[in-house]
Amino acid sequence: MVSRKNGQKSNGSYSPQAASLLARGEPMVWLTGFGLVMGLLMVIALVGYLFYEGSVTFWPSPVVQIVTLDGSVVMGEITRSEDFEPQPETVAALGEEEISAAQAELSRREGKLRRSLVRTGNFELTGEHFRWVEDFRFGSQGIQKPKWALIFERTAWGRFYGVPVGFLIDGEIQTTGPEESWKLFNEHSGQDIPPSRYAIRLHTASGETKDLDLAEIVRAYPANQLGLGRKIGIYLDRWREFLTAEPREANSEGGVFPAIFGTVVMTLGMTLLVVPFGVMSALYLREYARQGWLTSMVRISINNLAGVPSIVFGVFGLGFFSYIVGGSIDAIFFVDKLPNPTFGTGGIIWASLTLALLTLPVVIVATEEALAAVPTSMREGSFACGATKWQTIARVVLPRALPGVMTGAILAMARGAGEVAPLMLVGAVKLAPDLPLDQHFPFFHPERSFMHLGFHIYDLGFQSQNSEAAKPMVFTTTMVLMGIILLLNTAAIWLRSRMARRYSGSKF
Amino acid sequence: MPTIESRTAGDRLTRIARGEVVSTTIHPELAHEEAVLDVQGFNLWYGETQAIFDVSMSIPQGKVTALIGPSGCGKSTLLRSVNRMNDLIETVSISGDMKLGPDSIYGKSVDVIELRRRMGMVFQKSNPFPMSIRENVVYALKINGERNRAVLDEVCEKALRGAALWDEVKDRLDESGLSMSGGQQQRLCIARAIAAEPEVLLMDEPCSALDPIATSRVEELILRLRGDYTVLMVTHNMQQASRVSDFTAFMYLGQVVEYGPTARLFTNPLLKETEDYITGRFG
Ligand SMILES: Nc1ncnc2c1ncn2[C@@H]1O[C@H](COP(=O)(O)OP(=O)(O)OP(=O)(O)O)[C@@H](O)[C@H]1O
Ligand SMILES: [Mg+2]
Repeated sequence: MVSRKNGQKSNGSYSPQAASLLARGEPMVWLTGFGLVMGLLMVIALVGYLFYEGSVTFWPSPVVQIVTLDGSVVMGEITRSEDFEPQPETVAALGEEEISAAQAELSRREGKLRRSLVRTGNFELTGEHFRWVEDFRFGSQGIQKPKWALIFERTAWGRFYGVPVGFLIDGEIQTTGPEESWKLFNEHSGQDIPPSRYAIRLHTASGETKDLDLAEIVRAYPANQLGLGRKIGIYLDRWREFLTAEPREANSEGGVFPAIFGTVVMTLGMTLLVVPFGVMSALYLREYARQGWLTSMVRISINNLAGVPSIVFGVFGLGFFSYIVGGSIDAIFFVDKLPNPTFGTGGIIWASLTLALLTLPVVIVATEEALAAVPTSMREGSFACGATKWQTIARVVLPRALPGVMTGAILAMARGAGEVAPLMLVGAVKLAPDLPLDQHFPFFHPERSFMHLGFHIYDLGFQSQNSEAAKPMVFTTTMVLMGIILLLNTAAIWLRSRMARRYSGSKF
Repeated sequence: MPTIESRTAGDRLTRIARGEVVSTTIHPELAHEEAVLDVQGFNLWYGETQAIFDVSMSIPQGKVTALIGPSGCGKSTLLRSVNRMNDLIETVSISGDMKLGPDSIYGKSVDVIELRRRMGMVFQKSNPFPMSIRENVVYALKINGERNRAVLDEVCEKALRGAALWDEVKDRLDESGLSMSGGQQQRLCIARAIAAEPEVLLMDEPCSALDPIATSRVEELILRLRGDYTVLMVTHNMQQASRVSDFTAFMYLGQVVEYGPTARLFTNPLLKETEDYITGRFG
């Protein structure tokens, strides 16, 4: 009571605890908490960025039409805009009207010009998919959104932008107005359209006319007339296509289903291969081997294996699994097909085996730890009941260690699902027409090459001919890959918690 | 406070402490008992250190025998030697032999697994297996190849009744054995040890982790087991030894000093040293 009074009098300025900051509470809490917060922020930033970029990709954007100062017309979707500093020579080489517009903008915006990347499509007519349009080129009309500008997604040649001016059945023109043509189009489009029967006649921005065969059209919509509901519909439909369809146009359009499938099958196959091997190795090391310098050496080697770059495993997988093992299988069972390799080249089984090897140390280390954590008293109890060593391991030690083994499997799965480099050598390909699992005997085809989301991302980002169109797909594909890893891990963690509940409980 | 009495009494223990091997004082009553387990000149070393010195004693059939003595005197070691649990420790070496009935325990051609199946063991710390209560109890039978569900169920109930646990767990036999209280777990371990009807039941301080109520239940249990089973138990608790055991052996630094009927040993021991230990004047 007395001290409280004193404290009030002196306005709480004196407190013996305030002498040292370290003496008060737990200052390290702040440091450790700071570390955690930094980590969390980075994860949130990463996931948030991916999520943002990935989720806007499929949102239908309007079609713009720009009549430039030199009189040409650009029609398409604006992909992005940016500021740039032009070379003086390029500005000087422009026409008179443009120079003055550019100079005006340059002086207004301190030496910078703004430009937009417009997806103009119509590749077969213009020879380009995208075009940069600088703001100063905009004519007096600026950006227009023509009501009847349509977007067509096609099975080949990329997108097409145009205004409908007619509809043809068997080459006969049926109507001419945009509205009627669009109406007829909607009546005749749908599933299983016979090729070269129906066509829609379009007028492009460059003033040309083009007939599009309905059989080649995947999706079409009047981008500037969409209400929110239609937009959401198109958005969801694009996601559905993305998740369930095969890729089109060198992977830059269409879906990634084969890649999802390949990733899941390869990862599960790898897990099925690595867990038994890892558990067996760990059992021998921990339960049977005499603990000494030799076992220590083996342990150190296994730990070092975890640090070997993954591409090295890829090289080994190609050399050993594909060429030696696969080659021998071919020489024995598939002689008639030689010199075409069956097993003697990259395949999903070799990819799974290679990644199993890569993740083996993870499983061994986790299992060994789990085995070491099984109390001696439990083993002794089992031995005292007259159990043999193997009975003790199989009935008491392993069940008790199972959650720990599962942790190892989860870590291995997470590591394996994200690997790309070794896969490029042992079977992941840009485009695999046949899934490794189908309804043809023997249903599972371990020798087939496969698509993988990780490799797909690499392919989209760095190998695509139409890289501007592929770029947004990088984000959506990454999102899907992350989602799949999350799903696989959640399933495994759920499994583990079920096991843990079964095999443990409160002690007292 | 060393009195003249206790100094003379300490003589035998001092000789043991000096490293001499002193012969065991065995009460004549034991000669009338039928022995089921016979320890014959048994020595045991942990590496270079000897932990058991020339122990010879026979454990009577159908009786409860208690091992008492100060901490570290080798009670657990001796007990674990009976079912060769010490084989699991690499540094252990032994000499001498024990006999279970007519069969040698440490003979060359002994099947250790078979031997352990003839004995049950309860540990100081309860150690139920990570499986259901039912599976825990019938573990010994199952690993022995018993598959008949009816037999297993019957054995399970009998063993759980024997361990005074049946009423508490009969409705949750499929729950994990690890989900029970500490005292229940210990009784589960006892049920597990008696399920296979062993010839000898070895108990190493079975009550040391239990509260008084659970302790008294386990003691009642041991009293009920007497007659059907031969029990060899280690205890630190003099009262417990006097309550439940028929015979008691007093051990000191790896040697059995005096061995006889519990009543005699606790009221009228042959040796002054034993009396001092029991009355708490030493140890
Ligand atoms: N695994 C082991 N390795 C080496 N020495 C051991 C080992 N176990 C026990 N000892 C030694 O053997 C001696 C007897 O040990 P033991 O456990 O049998 O004693 P105890 O009578 O059971 O004691 P307590 O009453 O404390 O349980 C002790 O000196 C101990 O240090
Ligand atoms: Mg002990």
